[in-house]
Amino acid sequence: MIVSALLAVPLAAGVLAAALPWRRAVGWTMALADAVVLGLGIALAAQASRHHVASGLDGALRADALSAFMVVVIGVISLLASIQSIRYLEAEIARGGHGARHASLYSFLVQAFITCMLAAVLAANLGALWVAVEATTIATTFLVGHRRSDKALEASWKYVLICSVGIALAFLGTVLVYFAALHVPGHPTGASVLDWTSLVHASHHLDPAVVRLAMALLVLGYGTKVGLAPMHSWLPDAHSQAPAPVSALMSGVLLTVAFYALLRFKVVADGALGPGYTRTLFVIMGLASLLVAASLLLTQRDVKRMLAYHSIEHMGLIALGAAAGTTLAIAAVLLHILGHGLAKAVLFLASGEILLVEGTSEIDGIAALLARRPLLGGIFGFGLVALLGLPPFSLFVSELNMIRGELAVGLGWAAGLSLLAMAVIFAAVMAHGRHLLLGGGPDARPSATSRLVGIPLVGGLVACAAFGLSAWPLQSLLAAAARVVVR
Amino acid sequence: MISGAALDGVELAAGVVLAGAILALWRKDLRSLTSVLALQGIALAALAAILAATGGDVGLGVVAGVVLVTKGLVIPGLLARVVRADPGSRETAPLVNVPASLVAAAGLVILSYLVAGQLTALMPDPLTRLAPLGLATVLVGFFVLVTRRKAVSQIVGLLLVDNGVALLAFLLTAGVPLLVELGTSLDVLLVVVVLQVLATTMRARFGHVDLDQLRELHD
Repeated sequence: MIVSALLAVPLAAGVLAAALPWRRAVGWTMALADAVVLGLGIALAAQASRHHVASGLDGALRADALSAFMVVVIGVISLLASIQSIRYLEAEIARGGHGARHASLYSFLVQAFITCMLAAVLAANLGALWVAVEATTIATTFLVGHRRSDKALEASWKYVLICSVGIALAFLGTVLVYFAALHVPGHPTGASVLDWTSLVHASHHLDPAVVRLAMALLVLGYGTKVGLAPMHSWLPDAHSQAPAPVSALMSGVLLTVAFYALLRFKVVADGALGPGYTRTLFVIMGLASLLVAASLLLTQRDVKRMLAYHSIEHMGLIALGAAAGTTLAIAAVLLHILGHGLAKAVLFLASGEILLVEGTSEIDGIAALLARRPLLGGIFGFGLVALLGLPPFSLFVSELNMIRGELAVGLGWAAGLSLLAMAVIFAAVMAHGRHLLLGGGPDARPSATSRLVGIPLVGGLVACAAFGLSAWPLQSLLAAAARVVVR
Repeated sequence: MISGAALDGVELAAGVVLAGAILALWRKDLRSLTSVLALQGIALAALAAILAATGGDVGLGVVAGVVLVTKGLVIPGLLARVVRADPGSRETAPLVNVPASLVAAAGLVILSYLVAGQLTALMPDPLTRLAPLGLATVLVGFFVLVTRRKAVSQIVGLLLVDNGVALLAFLLTAGVPLLVELGTSLDVLLVVVVLQVLATTMRARFGHVDLDQLRELHD
């Protein structure tokens, strides 16, 4: 019941937005729909942390603790993004860039995008999961190009082409898993062959050679959507060109929804091969991503591109944490998914506001933000602090626990390398952040920031800090979700 | 177990798919690329239809129809519209010239036979033995994608990858479950629509769709 409603609510809101001429009330209705998604997600999570597995649509949808956790993450970031979308659309309409029709289309596509992500994390069938992840690409392409500049067009082309190729590889991997499952005696046939639960059940009997090939393709394929190096090249372009609320959704949740798919397949592959093989793949791609992020962050000139490379770094950290694969490490990976999502969404939304009020997102063009716009500057500054993994924010706790997990399974060397990369990134982001927030600039009287921006973003940061100080509201959910992945 | 004329048909169809991929590498004329894709789509549909008839599988029969409409008609038709809007456009200067591309393709086919050995070992039957053809189509599609510069050629590369994956799915598993197959067909179709819209917008804006000249975003 809850599970089906989770897909129906945002989709219905999207259709409504497409049908009505856009005005502020429509924007708030979208935000309300996403708040309902968040509420349903929390209800689902409360059930799931007591190990209740909900299902819907004749068993096509299934929500265990892992799915419920992802629904909560999607819900909270969608809510932040859709409130901010009101501000973005009003500014665009005022600028004369878009008519109300474009705003309607935008709202519809954002809600469709959210529905696809929810479908991906709720799908019981790994084939359906693939369909949903591919559908997110289609829904977001026009959102990436929504500003209709030459650069936005180039970014959307790159985005859709590279991600479609990646996802085609993931499909090949899925087909190979299906092929291996067909040869397990006693395995159900028909549509339920790709059901995750039955695949996990049969995983010990899957042919290892085929699963090895399949998992390599899956990691490469879904890894493209996650933004893991070496298939990350679309990410900085798409995230920097998309409107800020879309960047927040893409960077805050879409990347980790794709990673969720890898976590599901990891369980199947580990059953067939033992943990070593997936661990090696994750370590290679995680370290490569950290290397790319560390070497390219320093030279970035644009706030949103800087944030995009920061996402590549965090996806690398998450891959390393998942490589460790202990219960502690997976719980930390999930907390990191939430913490990174919140902090990154807040930063992208703040950078959208910066672009709006400053007229540029070039780091060189913005200085002394803290003195001129204390609230916006403060949000941006604390967001950066959160993202760099400093206490009290939850990313500190999750990074620490991921490293503990890595040490426990003998990946200390990889943890050491990741710390080195994080130190370089820390220095680079500090340099950029200092200039942006404190650097010498024109003296002007401090101006206020719109409450529409201030309240949700401060709320996001407070939540991120709260989970860092005490994870108790999440404790049982995280533990239950980690046990879904670690068997 | 499939045998006789049906097996001949399947072998022929699988061969046509790979031959189409090589042909796409060879021809520079963008219009002939769309015909190659249509041919591949028809071959895939025929292959699915033969498998459906021999196995008495109604679901797979439906899939054959869907494949015929999407991969055989609609997708090549959409691409043809992009090409028609820009008559006389050819793949002028691929990063790797045609003779070298063909040699590379030969290498990729051999590589596929080596990799696919793992699949044939699990189930050594006549259909699985054709798996290298699908794998080679995927790899050649990749090659087209990274060495060609025109927007249309890149879409063709993506679709070659996709057709290769579809061929493998039919050969190894007699098609993924019907609902998944419908979902994937719809997704692929939508991706092509999206790419077609983008290519059209690019032409309207830049007067060309040469991706080498799109170099504003880089590090």
